[in-house]
Amino acid sequence: MEKLLVVNNVSKTYGAYKALNNASIEVEKGSIFGLLGPNGAGKTTLIRIINQITMPDTGSVILDGEPLQPHHIKYIGYLPEERGLYKSMKVGEQVLYLAQLKGLSKQEAKKKIKYWFDRLEIGDWWDKKIQELSKGMAQKIQFVVTVLHDPKLLIFDEPFSGFDPINANLIKDEILHLRDNGATVIFSTHRMESVEEMCDHIALIHKSNKILDGKLLDIKRQYRSNTFEIGLITPNHTAATAALKEKFEVLPATFKSINNELQYKVQIPESVATNDFISYLTTLGQVTHFVELVPSASDIFIETIQKN
Amino acid sequence: MNHLPLIISREYFTKVRNKSFIVMTFLSPLIFVGIFALVAYLSSLNNDTVRTISVLDESGYFSNDFKSTPQLKYNLFSGVALQEAKTIAENAEIYGLLHIPKTQSLEQLADQITFYSEDSPSLSLMNDINDLLESKVNTLKLKEAGIDSEIIKNLHINISANQETFQGKETSKLGSGLKLIFGGAAGYLLFMFIIIYGNMIMRSVIEEKTSRVIEVIISSVKPRTLLLGKIFGTTLAGITQFVVWVVLILVLMTVVTSVFGIDPSAGSPSQQVIENSVNGGTQQILQDVILEINNLPITNLVIMFILFFVGGYLLYASLYASVGAAVDSETDTQQFMMPILMPLILAVYVGFFTVIDNPHGTVSQVFSYIPFTSPVVMLMRIPFGVPLWQQIISVVILFATFIAMVWFAAKIYRVGILMYGKKPTYKEIFKWLKY
Repeated sequence: MEKLLVVNNVSKTYGAYKALNNASIEVEKGSIFGLLGPNGAGKTTLIRIINQITMPDTGSVILDGEPLQPHHIKYIGYLPEERGLYKSMKVGEQVLYLAQLKGLSKQEAKKKIKYWFDRLEIGDWWDKKIQELSKGMAQKIQFVVTVLHDPKLLIFDEPFSGFDPINANLIKDEILHLRDNGATVIFSTHRMESVEEMCDHIALIHKSNKILDGKLLDIKRQYRSNTFEIGLITPNHTAATAALKEKFEVLPATFKSINNELQYKVQIPESVATNDFISYLTTLGQVTHFVELVPSASDIFIETIQKN
Repeated sequence: MNHLPLIISREYFTKVRNKSFIVMTFLSPLIFVGIFALVAYLSSLNNDTVRTISVLDESGYFSNDFKSTPQLKYNLFSGVALQEAKTIAENAEIYGLLHIPKTQSLEQLADQITFYSEDSPSLSLMNDINDLLESKVNTLKLKEAGIDSEIIKNLHINISANQETFQGKETSKLGSGLKLIFGGAAGYLLFMFIIIYGNMIMRSVIEEKTSRVIEVIISSVKPRTLLLGKIFGTTLAGITQFVVWVVLILVLMTVVTSVFGIDPSAGSPSQQVIENSVNGGTQQILQDVILEINNLPITNLVIMFILFFVGGYLLYASLYASVGAAVDSETDTQQFMMPILMPLILAVYVGFFTVIDNPHGTVSQVFSYIPFTSPVVMLMRIPFGVPLWQQIISVVILFATFIAMVWFAAKIYRVGILMYGKKPTYKEIFKWLKY
């Protein structure tokens, strides 16, 4: 796959504080890239470097094959975590101004504003001042500002904070829609369920260093522990339990079930094929439940951070 | 840089359309003229009251010298004891009682005359009375010595040296006065303008931070462009307001003076005195003024006034912008205000004391090159004749410093945004410059 953004060994130091240490990421065109990490890890510094708000001390950033240059700002749409708009300015004028700053002509900008305002059903807000809007409403405007100039690269820092579930869903669908239309998305968040749902690729930054990077599914495969949750109906519970414990690592488990069954988490050695394990289980009784425990993004996040 | 016009127009129109800005633009002249009218009215009231002063002259020297005027009535006592006179004066609510005792000689009068009154008498009244007594005693003294005071008066000759440059241009004291007035007015105007509109720039620079729109803006434009746009936009808004003020004040003044019949000069008696004394030579003075104005380097003055005014304002505006760039909210700006105002105040002091004393002395010259003081000091020097090359160097230094200041402010701004909520110290700002 073609890379839209390549960050090579970027470091940034503020005084004595190293905010980013030799970080490299590669973002594929048309993908959604999750930039994860605890608070203060250096995500925002990296995002600011990509946006040319700060310059890296060392390292380089390549956008679409070219080293990052000032004129590239028109290809990037950035929704910062610190949201805000000019409070006393009218919605329409404000969006128009910010769009023009991104290099759109007035006519172009007006056309696109109309498209987006109709799409998000906020057309009648044009003459309202930001200070008259609710927080969620202002967030919608800010989203429009971010995507208005059809950027190739969209950077969202915590895009769902401040939205109610309905609007959060709406924004999620819009982001996916933009991705489907060819935009590339970098997405920094603490909401692991949205990472799970949306990201193709993730990178984890902790204490200024990148400690994990790869396709979400690959990482999950890497983090799988061959653990299965099983439910068994047997004539003799004690005998079955003893038999299992003799061969495998067995932990208690509880899950909702309509049956009165044995419930266990069983970790099997890699040498044992899943099918053989199932066959073995059938010799013990009737299998009512069989699920591989795949680590969630949240599990991976916590586990990796704690390891480091 | 192509964003600059866009930013300027946004800054300008947001300022100009702001409700409180509009209200202040139209209210300030009204308040100003209102206060002026009130003061004029009150001082005319003050002059209307008639004061009565009783005089108990036991010496007999001054029998004919106390002449009543519409504002001041003298009321001569005779054949009464001091104690009695005091009681009468106090009961009759008379403004004061002047007691001149009988003495052996005229000299002794010097410290024996007393003025009794309910409260402390007004300073100007006491001066008038002292002058009157003094001149009478002096005349009497001269007479005692056998000299006729008329002769002395006739012998007095007024000298007024003619002034001429080596090139043969006639100058006059009036000319020097005019030059000072021009320089002083220009310097003062700049001073006022900076004080009034400097804060507006600072607030405008802080605006993006308080509204948190800063990251969006700064990912679209360079801080330098943003700051320049803010400085120019706000300056234009300031000029708009200033022009409206001047026009409105002139119009309102004309209306007030003609409708209410208040003569602005009526309040100050000293001005009347001057007018009276020069009345005979009005024609001559008018001619002198015209001659002097023609002698002033008008074109040079006007061009340099514009350059120094604009340059000086922009420089101070960029200083205010740096403060705005360094802080997060207006409450944090206090510690940085002093260092901005100090050079400005210094400039005005140097201007009004040193330049008046010696327009081309070393101190005046040095301060007319330092960019923080040159707008005021150089503007005051120019009417006295400054070589063009000196003026040009000074202007160039001024504008170069302005550009450097904006660069400095932009640098602080870029780093300042990364440090939300931290109150910066001078040491840290210095460190930021190196990032």
